[in-house]
Amino acid sequence: MPGDSQLRTYRNERDYPFCPGCGHSLVLNHLNTALVKLGVDPHRIALVTDIGCQGLADQYFVANAFHGLHGRSLAYATGIKLVDPDLKVFVLIGDGGTGIGGAHLLNAARRNVGMTVLVMNNFNFGMTGGEHSVTTPPGGVTVTTRKGNLERPLDICATVAVNGAGYVWRGTAFDRELPDVIVEASNSESFALLDIWELCTAYYVPNNDFSRKSLLEMRERLGMPVGLLHREDRPEYARAVREANALLLGKPALPANPLPALFTSPLKEEFRFVVAGSAGGKVRSAARVLGEAAILSGLFAAQQDDYPVTVQTGHSISELIFSPNLIHFTGVTRPDALVLATEEGRKASARYLKALTAESWLFTTPEFANMDTPARKVVVDLDAMGIKGGRKNLAWLLSVYALNQLGIISAEACEEAARRGQRAEVAEEMIAGLRRVVGGEKAACA
Amino acid sequence: MREFIDGATAIARGALDAGATFFAGYPISPATPILLHMIRELPKVGGLAIQGEDEIASISMCVAAAMTGARAFTATSGPGMSLYSETIGLSIMGEVPLVIVDVQRLGPATGGATTPGQGDVQFARWGNSGGYPIIALAPGNVYECYSLTRVAFDLAEKHRCPVFLLTDKELFQALTTADVDRFEAPPVRERVVAEALPAGTHGLRAEETTIPYRAPAPDAAPAYAPIGGPHIVRFTGSTHDEHGFLTKDPVKVGKLNERLRRKIEDHAAELEMATSTTAPGAQTAFVSYGVTTGAMEEAYRIACAEGRAVSTLAVQSLWPVPENAILQFVKPGDGEAVVCRIVVAELNHGDFRREVERVVYRWCAQARVVPPEIVGINRVDGELITPAQFLEQIVGG
Repeated sequence: MPGDSQLRTYRNERDYPFCPGCGHSLVLNHLNTALVKLGVDPHRIALVTDIGCQGLADQYFVANAFHGLHGRSLAYATGIKLVDPDLKVFVLIGDGGTGIGGAHLLNAARRNVGMTVLVMNNFNFGMTGGEHSVTTPPGGVTVTTRKGNLERPLDICATVAVNGAGYVWRGTAFDRELPDVIVEASNSESFALLDIWELCTAYYVPNNDFSRKSLLEMRERLGMPVGLLHREDRPEYARAVREANALLLGKPALPANPLPALFTSPLKEEFRFVVAGSAGGKVRSAARVLGEAAILSGLFAAQQDDYPVTVQTGHSISELIFSPNLIHFTGVTRPDALVLATEEGRKASARYLKALTAESWLFTTPEFANMDTPARKVVVDLDAMGIKGGRKNLAWLLSVYALNQLGIISAEACEEAARRGQRAEVAEEMIAGLRRVVGGEKAACA
Repeated sequence: MREFIDGATAIARGALDAGATFFAGYPISPATPILLHMIRELPKVGGLAIQGEDEIASISMCVAAAMTGARAFTATSGPGMSLYSETIGLSIMGEVPLVIVDVQRLGPATGGATTPGQGDVQFARWGNSGGYPIIALAPGNVYECYSLTRVAFDLAEKHRCPVFLLTDKELFQALTTADVDRFEAPPVRERVVAEALPAGTHGLRAEETTIPYRAPAPDAAPAYAPIGGPHIVRFTGSTHDEHGFLTKDPVKVGKLNERLRRKIEDHAAELEMATSTTAPGAQTAFVSYGVTTGAMEEAYRIACAEGRAVSTLAVQSLWPVPENAILQFVKPGDGEAVVCRIVVAELNHGDFRREVERVVYRWCAQARVVPPEIVGINRVDGELITPAQFLEQIVGG
């Protein structure tokens, strides 16, 4: 890798494509001067641009270039920095890109991703014919605000400053200190934004009788100050993320969790076991432990869940299939056993309840003791068994009771699965409950 | 030894084993588990994951990361795919090695966030302005979730284009029993950085040591060189010349755009991935992909047990369409595979059936052969297609 650069210019041989008098040429010359002052190896510079006249800018420099879609430069620059935090990244965007990329602007500032953003702000869209932008001043005439702009202009500097940018400056393309400002901004190693006001000689200037003098008057009129507006010393995000992650380096990533066949099961054919309860009632986690218990018993298992988009409310249903053979289709249309834990579960179980036959089993609570069903109904009364506080683990307790009664999976396998798959205190609670319910009094069988 | 594993974990493990080092994504049901896996796991292998401010930022970060040396991927579902659209185009034009996992849910719009669907098959193919081809793979079980993720990274590297892994809520989140030793690990090519071109190479610019968009053949991707690496490189989403400069020169424009098409379409035959079973005398062929292949395999098992003949085709490479695999059911030269009915089962209104029809009808018209009947089994009610629905469609068995 070449060392620091002694380049006398970072411009290549290509001529700028901008209109006579356009501010972009001035800003890019200032950028070139700044790059020479910085003396960074051009291999270690990335110029990120998107759409608009200034989006062409990367093509006139000897440096890496990333030219993308309108308004997304800040997201690209974030991706680049996250991979290579030591790169010098310059983002060249216009007022148009600032507007359409507003969400990225807020978030790059908020994160303080180390990049120097040059907003080449000429108050309208030049490339597409002079439409208004988020920075068009009040009363500004453009082809889309013919009677004068009614929208309040975005104060880009105040916006990023209040959201955590490390370096914020405002001025014009005519400011002679701009190269030094760019150097200082880049050396701040923070999210640095320069709002550089310019003349668009093709549109904004002729449509508004606008001039270099107007730029100075406008800052008074809009109450937008100039110069260095904000400095803040915060950790640069790309480096901070890497530091925060460093502790994890080298730990095994997502290792397999093999489940040896420590137990046996007498199951000879596929058995479909549906657990219907409430969201927040640990239905899915209980089902997962049962599936793991089945595998520990030498079976194949499958689990497919159904739940609404809400979180701690509504139904939660897990369909489990246990089989001595490979399971191809994970759906369950007719359960061999349905565990009905709660009213929310019942409401969402109509199709299972309808499919039950005299061969099926229904395990439920006294709440549903009178339910009309052709299935063999087993009412499990936890209170009568002297099990207090069973409601929060109801799905688990009813399920292990059912599997124990059906003789498909042993209580020992369920205990082992809980121990392997759950946090110690959770496993302990599950195992304690299991032992009480399995050793408890016989449930009523209707 | 067996484990209880969902598609999400298999995909995450496949990505880690394929050498992924960067992930950016935005939370969305049902794809969020990949984001969570990557936030937790990537730092362990020296990579990192970030939750973007939205889907557009997430995939944009991935594209930039991929062009700065990372092996990048992202994951989303239908509504996120909508927001990915512009950057899918950017990835095609800029020739970005990028893997996109689409965990399909029921659409359109918000649709059913926690219900399975397969309605993004055409969307993945045509979700870019210009209609340029992409590669899309569809795993049919957890083993394929792992192996096809590896293949996706390999193909992204080779062809430098977005490669989609199309899965769905059920295959992604349902837990099934897998043999730990049965996961196949197809090779994933190493990231190779372009070598410096000899001084005096035709067209080499003063600052260049490689020409970032000069491809070795009119149907191939150029050699990769990262931003910040040994070469000064240009990346662009605009129509460009070999150096990455904007151009309107019709010769250069035409050459570029033809190459973007040909680097995938000319390789369609080698990209074909499909598993078929052909039964002697079968007059019906089932075609399916993704989660729906599970029901097809069960239906096949039942049909065999009942002595009913049926052929099956489980498609793993949806795009480019595996034409040879499909045509085995109509080409008389292949003898016993020829059928009088092709049944395409999918959780949409017939996204892939269109392709089967296109391929079969075109070939039959050219060969002056009466085509088989092509029918669909389609569900958009949030439920899976069942084995019984397949069995109902068998003719002559």
